Amino acid sequence: MGFVLDFEKPIIELERRIREMRDLADSQNLELKEEIERLEAKAQKLRQEIYSKLTRWQRVQLARHPNRPYTLDYIERICDDFMELHGDRAFGDDPAIVAGVGHIGGRPVTIVGHQKGREIKQKLLRNFGMPHPEGYRKALRVMKLGAKFGRPVISLVDTPGAYPGIGAEERGQAEAIARNLYEMSRLPVPILVIIIGEGASGGALGIGVGDRVLMMENTWYSVISPEGCAAILWRDAGKAEQAAEAMKLTASDLLALGVIDGVIPEPVGGAHHDPDAAAKILKETILRELDALSAIPPDRLVRERVAKYGRMGFWKE
Amino acid sequence: MSWFRRTQKGLVAQQKKDLPDGMWLKCEKCREIIYRRDLEENYFVCRFCGFHFRIRAYDYVRLLADEGSFEEFNQHLESVDPLGFRDSKRYSDRLKEAKNSTGMNEAIVTGTARVEGIPYVLGVMDFAFIGGSMGSVVGEKVARAIDRAIELRYPLVIVSASGGARMQEGALSLMQMAKTSARLTLLSEARLPYISVLTHPTTGGVTASYAMLGDVILAEPGALIGFAGPRVIQQTIRQELPEGFQTAEFLLQHGFVDAVVPRKELKARIAQLLRFFGFTPVQQAGEPSFACPEVERQ
Repeated sequence: MGFVLDFEKPIIELERRIREMRDLADSQNLELKEEIERLEAKAQKLRQEIYSKLTRWQRVQLARHPNRPYTLDYIERICDDFMELHGDRAFGDDPAIVAGVGHIGGRPVTIVGHQKGREIKQKLLRNFGMPHPEGYRKALRVMKLGAKFGRPVISLVDTPGAYPGIGAEERGQAEAIARNLYEMSRLPVPILVIIIGEGASGGALGIGVGDRVLMMENTWYSVISPEGCAAILWRDAGKAEQAAEAMKLTASDLLALGVIDGVIPEPVGGAHHDPDAAAKILKETILRELDALSAIPPDRLVRERVAKYGRMGFWKE
Repeated sequence: MSWFRRTQKGLVAQQKKDLPDGMWLKCEKCREIIYRRDLEENYFVCRFCGFHFRIRAYDYVRLLADEGSFEEFNQHLESVDPLGFRDSKRYSDRLKEAKNSTGMNEAIVTGTARVEGIPYVLGVMDFAFIGGSMGSVVGEKVARAIDRAIELRYPLVIVSASGGARMQEGALSLMQMAKTSARLTLLSEARLPYISVLTHPTTGGVTASYAMLGDVILAEPGALIGFAGPRVIQQTIRQELPEGFQTAEFLLQHGFVDAVVPRKELKARIAQLLRFFGFTPVQQAGEPSFACPEVERQ
């Protein structure tokens, strides 16, 4: 059955009973239709109930759910065609970031995104979705390539952070991220950023500057992971749940704070419960947003992008 | 009246790296005993080993601005607590304490000044204010400093010292990285130079935004500069970090800073660069005029 979060357990348990009852009905030729329907309605209600009042920490857990669709899972479902392009032309290829060109609904787009792995070998290959500088540089190279031909950028964000390691520092992790912020601010094509899982810190923002920034319903985005925040401010990484609450890191929090432009709904039960349905909603959203952004002339697009970030934050004077 | 007396025996952890009071000081690096007045005269650099003591924002202003030329702007911008953040302390209380202990409103000071007669916009961060962390106000003051430079057609110099983006403002702090980096594209479009000076320590979100985006990047000797802090890296990779890792000299070696410049030479180097970019001293009323010196030829 795979990975189950604590708060998912009552639903999973109910689903198991439904399956058992179906098997029983089939094998014994019993008439249990009414009973099954009653249980299914109950499961649906329960799921809606649980998912309508998720805590921030539960959303963090959903954003990290091992069955949650990753960048390539979405690309497979939403693209007419896609060709991955590798390497930063300077040091190497970073499998923690995917970059390439393709079509969505007939529209040519550049796609960049963090990539996590699902089994242990894949996890290691993808470095758990934690990029090195060459990943950010590859993404920028491909975005600029697309921009040369007027192709809009779709960026899918899902990272626990940029990798903190010796090689990463030697090759200028900070410079690579800073350069991307700078260059993405002035890229003369529409940039649509979607947080599809975890949005941790500069590692997320490094491919996350755009005209429209949307978050899927069960994702988080903040300046540091809840564990990192707890380790520093509470001096106890175990206080992550408290830190998650304090940091206001969910889609609805950030919409209210003016950090993001919209929230993309997920199927009830989360994107991992029904990846096809999640991808369908994502594709519809992308096409709608692209239509709106494509109507804006590039110089105005860039001017408004810089101005949008200029308005962010709160202060008094 | 206890302000002139040390109220605590020993130093509390938070102040450990800041300059202690007293006539005689011990160098953190070579352990030599230094007379305070000597240290002051030597720009708070140990004359035995060259260790750069951490100094405050207004010390850099005195160091890098011609006497009496600094005019601060946006000093009244103050942080609010947009998330209602609370860990062991309320963020609003932390802000109050930082204001009281530093006498500053935020972790950066910005203004116009002159360096060897050349007018410019200067921003200096102060690590003593919540670890020099960048929240909405630091980001906004940097953005406005860029705007002022564009408006006056002045070059921009920012001296960084920061632990990174401020956690207590969550994603709003993160967005200041985008805000400042985006605004720097306008400075570049206006063909105005930006010199970034990195001091000990410059890490996290500040390094990963405006600190690494200088047209020229200078660093003080021995300064810790990086994206992730050394402790985080060590916990992640579970091995010893190489000697000199993430120092200014390490960044120089790997091609990420243009020059490591001792504090004593910082002002002259900045003026030298600004002259190269075509900026000349202005004559102020009642001041002697002097021409732009020729670039030295070997």
